[in-house]
Amino acid sequence: MQVSMTVNGRQRSDDVEPRLLLAHYLRDVVGLKATNIGCDTTSCGACTVIVDGLSVKSCTLLAAQAEGARVTTLEGLAGPDGELHPMQRAFREEHGLQCGFCTPGMVLAAIGVLADNPDPSDREVREGLEGNLCRCTGYHNIVRAVQSAARSGPAAGQVPQGPEAAR
Amino acid sequence: MSILGTRVVRTEDALFLTRGATYTDDLVDDRLTGALHATFVRSQVAHGRVLAVDASAAREADGVVAVYTAEDVDLVPIPPGRPMVPPAMTRPWFAGDTVRFVGDLIAVVLTEERYQGEDAAELVSVDIEPLPAVVTTADALADEVLVFPEAGTNLMAAFGEPAPADFFDGCEVVVRQAVVNQRVAPVPLETRAAAAAWGEDGRVTIFCSNQGAQQAKAQIAGWLGLDPAVVHLVTPDVGGGFGAKIGADPEFALVAWLARQTGRPVTWVESRSENLVGMLHGRGQDQVVAIGGRRDGTVQAYSLVVDQDCGAYPRLGPVLPRLTVLMAPAVYAFPKVHAQARAVATNTTPIGAYRGAGRPEATAAVERAVDLFAAEIGMDPAEVRRKNLLPAFSEPHTTATGAVYDSGDYAAALDKVLAAGGYGELRAEQARRRERGDVRQLGIGLSVYVEITGADNGLGAGESAGMEVHPDGTATVLTGTSPHGQGHATAWAMIASEQTGIPVDRITVVHGDTDLIPRGAGTMGSRSLQQGGVAVHRAATELVELARQRAAEQLEADPADLEFDLGSAALGVRGTPGTGVTLAQLAEQEPLLVRTRFDAGGPTFPFGAHLVVVEVDTESGKAEVLRVVTVDDAGTIVNPLLAEGQRHGGIAQGVAQALLEEVRYDADGNPQTSTLADYPFVSATELPSFELVDMATPTPMNPLGAKGIGESGTIGSTPAVHNAVIDAVAHLGVRHIDMPTTPMKVWRAVQQAQQEGTH
Ligand code: FES
Ligand code: FES
Repeated sequence: MQVSMTVNGRQRSDDVEPRLLLAHYLRDVVGLKATNIGCDTTSCGACTVIVDGLSVKSCTLLAAQAEGARVTTLEGLAGPDGELHPMQRAFREEHGLQCGFCTPGMVLAAIGVLADNPDPSDREVREGLEGNLCRCTGYHNIVRAVQSAARSGPAAGQVPQGPEAAR
Repeated sequence: MSILGTRVVRTEDALFLTRGATYTDDLVDDRLTGALHATFVRSQVAHGRVLAVDASAAREADGVVAVYTAEDVDLVPIPPGRPMVPPAMTRPWFAGDTVRFVGDLIAVVLTEERYQGEDAAELVSVDIEPLPAVVTTADALADEVLVFPEAGTNLMAAFGEPAPADFFDGCEVVVRQAVVNQRVAPVPLETRAAAAAWGEDGRVTIFCSNQGAQQAKAQIAGWLGLDPAVVHLVTPDVGGGFGAKIGADPEFALVAWLARQTGRPVTWVESRSENLVGMLHGRGQDQVVAIGGRRDGTVQAYSLVVDQDCGAYPRLGPVLPRLTVLMAPAVYAFPKVHAQARAVATNTTPIGAYRGAGRPEATAAVERAVDLFAAEIGMDPAEVRRKNLLPAFSEPHTTATGAVYDSGDYAAALDKVLAAGGYGELRAEQARRRERGDVRQLGIGLSVYVEITGADNGLGAGESAGMEVHPDGTATVLTGTSPHGQGHATAWAMIASEQTGIPVDRITVVHGDTDLIPRGAGTMGSRSLQQGGVAVHRAATELVELARQRAAEQLEADPADLEFDLGSAALGVRGTPGTGVTLAQLAEQEPLLVRTRFDAGGPTFPFGAHLVVVEVDTESGKAEVLRVVTVDDAGTIVNPLLAEGQRHGGIAQGVAQALLEEVRYDADGNPQTSTLADYPFVSATELPSFELVDMATPTPMNPLGAKGIGESGTIGSTPAVHNAVIDAVAHLGVRHIDMPTTPMKVWRAVQQAQQEGTH
């Protein structure tokens, strides 16, 4: 079947199996490999992306269900000149990642947390990220990164609209 | 000022945060074009006789290229690989006669597309006649049902004799307790993955997620009977390992073998459900501690008996209790210490290393024992510890079990953590809550630990490093270590930069390619900095020396008259400005590179003390961790940002074991925690932010003064959390609760203590 959506600001249309998960669509069809898959029970959040402004676990959606949506993955966060998104910058400065496997999902989920609450407490960040598992950092520096990003201004809770579909 | 000791942010993150790291399943490589997808069929039965495996329907399914079962594989079964393990305990590549755990390999399906594999695997019909399963160490030691009948026993290894009958003679008080150090799942966020392709040159390139390419290559070549020269193993980025990715797994070798059989590249990535039964588990010890001494708090004798569950096949299981026994004396000056261990086979997932691997189990046992002793004599546990700690030492100290501690000041670590935590005030608050009979009681837990890191130091393997400066002034560092989150790309660049003056962001660190780096021992056992980092230090030093010789020839000067200027990375004649020649210029004339190796004189023994505060709801049994305060002394710190990250992650895994995580089996050996929905992996909400206190006692074992830091957090935090939860309900009559201290177990312990109390 045919699905069309905007991924990181680029309009695309692909022929896919009806049962194809959005996570596999992004990785195997679009070729954006930052989105990781860490479980088969929608428990880990490694696959989190932003769909129409909301952070979503991309293994819980079929590609077909994202028809017409605007999807943002980690690859779509930095500016065209390579300037890091405030959340990316904060993760780097606060050492919010080690092996990096949870990171793409964590960064996008963290943006979602700030979209809902621009100035979260330690506890609120933890609750907001409960569905995103990390085995390496003990979450300590992730929480610090999210709070430091929040202090940098409202852009930390927003996704860039990206280069408009040049199709 | 030296760059060492400063908080340099990671160079690897620029890529990790924008394009993502490249894990095995992310590879886009010409060699893997058109790869087949491997899907394994695994046993759903813990122990049973295989009556029939019928793959005919699967072979007809959409997209299936081939199916292999036991009868299609002519490889020699995998030997135990440990001299102490009975040779009959071999592992077949696919179970042909007997399945030995839920997850044992039965067949593999190769398909054109990923999704087709799952469909086809379900069509492989497997007929198994179940046998009684050996699930616990007690089952195993009974030797009634044998995991390997040909071996005649379930015993894989044994260390030491039972303690003599008079061991506790003369003690006023003796406390005994059975203590479970439960089986846990490592759960690196990246599951296992491998890919392989054979080239026209007759060589195979294997990509796989592991903690040391050279070791993985040697194992795979050995198992498949290949000349090691034809195997090129590449380690892409790795999404966490925690010990469970040490070496190669049989599945990796099978991927390479299947690629040869089919003449096509093959890839495999396991699902999480497959990972939770197929990847090695950790811990899994049943212990008995006994501690005796005087009522004034002096401990006179301590004994530990360990029964190690190794799972169905020998991996690191039979070796782990040796480390537990070695570290049994811990931080104490106990006059008598005795330790004994047995390691047994069971019908469960094989046990391997998991963050700490044998040492957390030793610390957990002794720190629980000391608390039991303190409770029994009614003395503050901090006081009992202080009374029995080894005095500070800077000359090597040899323990009752033969470990040679390099340097330590355990009392200072304890004092620091008590001060930072505000111990006196915490005890006062606890007393107030007890007095009031609050529902939410405070628990305060302590641990003081010492652990062995770089246990392979001085045994000859050492670690390799290389460095090359390029004509454009950039440099490449080659290392035999295998980072998977530790930040070696940054730390090794800092070490090389400090010696050569080349900026960190102009140094590329390369690891995990056996063609480029034939020798290497990898990353495990908190060895990397003290072996591999020091090897890089040596490589950089030797490179400057080589440059000095070349520059001397060129400048027609005595090498001793040349001065190396770090700011310009140039050598010039002392007192004659403008004569300098840079490393880059020298590299332009002739490649400027060195290869070297470092082996430390012996292991190092980091130590520390943790203080944990929990709140326990005595009505529901739920424990919440309020504070974790830690002193972790790992000698000289190269990059505090990275060292703190290691501590954070380690602490979290310790809290997880003490409070939540456990791999459970039912009586027939069926896993009860085989998805991430069932396995209680610790999340952000179950942890507080951590309070880290600095302490650094350099080791004399290497020129950087560094000890290991990867596992300390886990070793210290597990018993501190465990002790804190029990402490919270101790006044209600509770003496001990096994880990994980789940609400149900805490609630039951309180109920039981109260019933006993009223009789
Ligand atoms: S892959 Fe784990 S939640 Fe999506
Ligand atoms: S950084 Fe490794 S799982 Fe989060």
